[in-house]
Amino acid sequence: MDPAGFCKQSRVVIVAGKGGVGKTTVTAALALVAARTGLRTLVVEVEGKSGLAAAFGAPRLGYEEIVLSPGRGGGEADVRARTLTPDDALLEYLEDHGLRRVSKRLVQSGAIDVVSTAVPGIKDILILGKVKQLERAGVADLIVLDAPAAGHAVSFLMSPRGLLDAARVGPIRTQAQEVLDLLTDPARCQVVLVTLPEETPVNELVETAFALEDRVGLSLGPVVVNGLYATVDGLESDPDVAAEAAAATLRQGEAEALRDAAEFRRRRHALQQEQVGRLESALPLPQLRLPFLFTPDIGPAEVETLADVLAKEIEALQ
Amino acid sequence: MTLTALARTRAIVICCGSGGVGKTTAAAALALEGARLGRSAVVVTIDPAKRLANAMGLDELSNTPKRIDGDWPGELWAMMLDTKSTFDALVLKYAPDRSQAESILRNRFYRNIAGALSGTQEYMAMEKLFELHESGQFELIVVDTPPTRNALDFIDAPRRLTRFLDNRIFRWLMLPTRAYLKAVNVATQALLRTISRVVGSEVIKDAVAFFRAFEGMEDGFRDRAQRVLALLSDPGTAFVLVASPRRDAVEEASFFADKLRDAGLPVESLVVNRLHPRFGAGRPEADRERARTLAGTDLGALFANLADFRLVAQREDEHIAGLASKVAPAPVTRVPFLPTDVHDLEGLREVGGYLFDVAG
Repeated sequence: MDPAGFCKQSRVVIVAGKGGVGKTTVTAALALVAARTGLRTLVVEVEGKSGLAAAFGAPRLGYEEIVLSPGRGGGEADVRARTLTPDDALLEYLEDHGLRRVSKRLVQSGAIDVVSTAVPGIKDILILGKVKQLERAGVADLIVLDAPAAGHAVSFLMSPRGLLDAARVGPIRTQAQEVLDLLTDPARCQVVLVTLPEETPVNELVETAFALEDRVGLSLGPVVVNGLYATVDGLESDPDVAAEAAAATLRQGEAEALRDAAEFRRRRHALQQEQVGRLESALPLPQLRLPFLFTPDIGPAEVETLADVLAKEIEALQ
Repeated sequence: MTLTALARTRAIVICCGSGGVGKTTAAAALALEGARLGRSAVVVTIDPAKRLANAMGLDELSNTPKRIDGDWPGELWAMMLDTKSTFDALVLKYAPDRSQAESILRNRFYRNIAGALSGTQEYMAMEKLFELHESGQFELIVVDTPPTRNALDFIDAPRRLTRFLDNRIFRWLMLPTRAYLKAVNVATQALLRTISRVVGSEVIKDAVAFFRAFEGMEDGFRDRAQRVLALLSDPGTAFVLVASPRRDAVEEASFFADKLRDAGLPVESLVVNRLHPRFGAGRPEADRERARTLAGTDLGALFANLADFRLVAQREDEHIAGLASKVAPAPVTRVPFLPTDVHDLEGLREVGGYLFDVAG
């Protein structure tokens, strides 16, 4: 599939996964793939973490949009980004509904805590409601939402269903219905789940995927398997034999280190492939596979590398 | 203090750290070590991976510890926290009579607090800890903490909840109608109308009914919260920080360490899980250089691979050094990446081999 076509399938992509699986890195790479095809891309971050900005070498994100990565010309668009917090979204919501005067008081008096307790999921709905508003307003060709981590992803995306049960009337109910319409319409929104090729993350991804499809009616895009060791030719050779073949000499202990490191990589690679296979048979969704990067940190160069791989993986999709 | 010493001498060990770093496994291994050392130990887990839970005989949430049989001289017990039942038990304990308790337990607003108020899970974990401690049944209680982003929720939660229950707005709401109109100024009335309009008036009705039913119970809760906090700073209680050597996990762990220190609850032991192996003592730059000159040969590939892993090791060591200096003099225990996840007692024993002194 052509990356431009892939990124145009829906206006919103929600990237979700457990903490530590590289969700933010995948968000960054996907946004870059989209922007390279000329789509004006907006990344929305909801937890106030600095990882996303750091991946593009930018300072901390705020409620105001910034350009994270300017397009390089030749029809490439910018990647822009902003954060969205429930408190900000609520204040904006109240102001939009002509309630500017009470909004500050609502926060100061602590009534807001009481309301968010009384109506679980209201914070999530405010964020998703704002995303829906951005989508409707056409602020970008593609909005990539870096969803909250951990098991929270399910409750985050379940919030409109829950609210429809809890609030029987009023604007919040309307809001929840509109968000649910967005989430369940594959032409408007798809969810990309991210995992590592390890046992527990794979199990949890499968559970999450079924929960989201069955309980929310979401349409799931391909899953991203992150952190795979690339295969390297030549690691099967014995270091002493390889040294002789290359007419090189090895220092004391070097052969052992080379052999152990090669063995470790082969073993890990096999374990990873086993998990990839397990995921494949447990979850009938196409996979996009990203490599483990042996670099100290994720910065702009690494995001570029991952975007290159991601674009190739998308091209290989049926 | 070493983990062996903690398992041998402390009454309470609290494992904290971000999600996905092997915190539950470390907690379970600590309890098992306690049992191995002849003590009566219990582990309170929050959200264990299914297979580990099954291995420990925990098929479902339970509010009472289950005993796990094995060939250790002490006792090993385990439980998986049921937040809602723990909260219900607390309400039953502090309600002056059965009917008041019932009206709270039935209230929709209460059910939301028990299920969804952020911090409730943390609070109930601490509440359960307190209860187990008071029971006197266990010599060692190991607690796994919820993997929240807001690191210190489990310390703040009791205070937050009591503050929440004291909410001023609802003092006004609970006044009888006429006094209410007098006491509440125009701005507040507008505010309440707004809330009703946005979320529906039932929500407000449920909330008012809850706060009315809860009247008079705040003192009991506040007092309890105080005692829970006192228990956390007791010398018999130790905090163990669990991390993995990735940058984001280390950043969160540093944040935890700072917050715990600020709260006067220093980290006494640091566990770093999922380390890549070390392959001798060479520098990655030198290996990379040799890979370059030997490019195209098998030996070049072997050196490139070694350079990759030595670079990862170097980065991990930097991360760990930063974290270790933050929690000094707490010792650092390193656990390598294991080929399979821990999902049985055999696996726990294997992890134990890395965590505890062999002789111990």
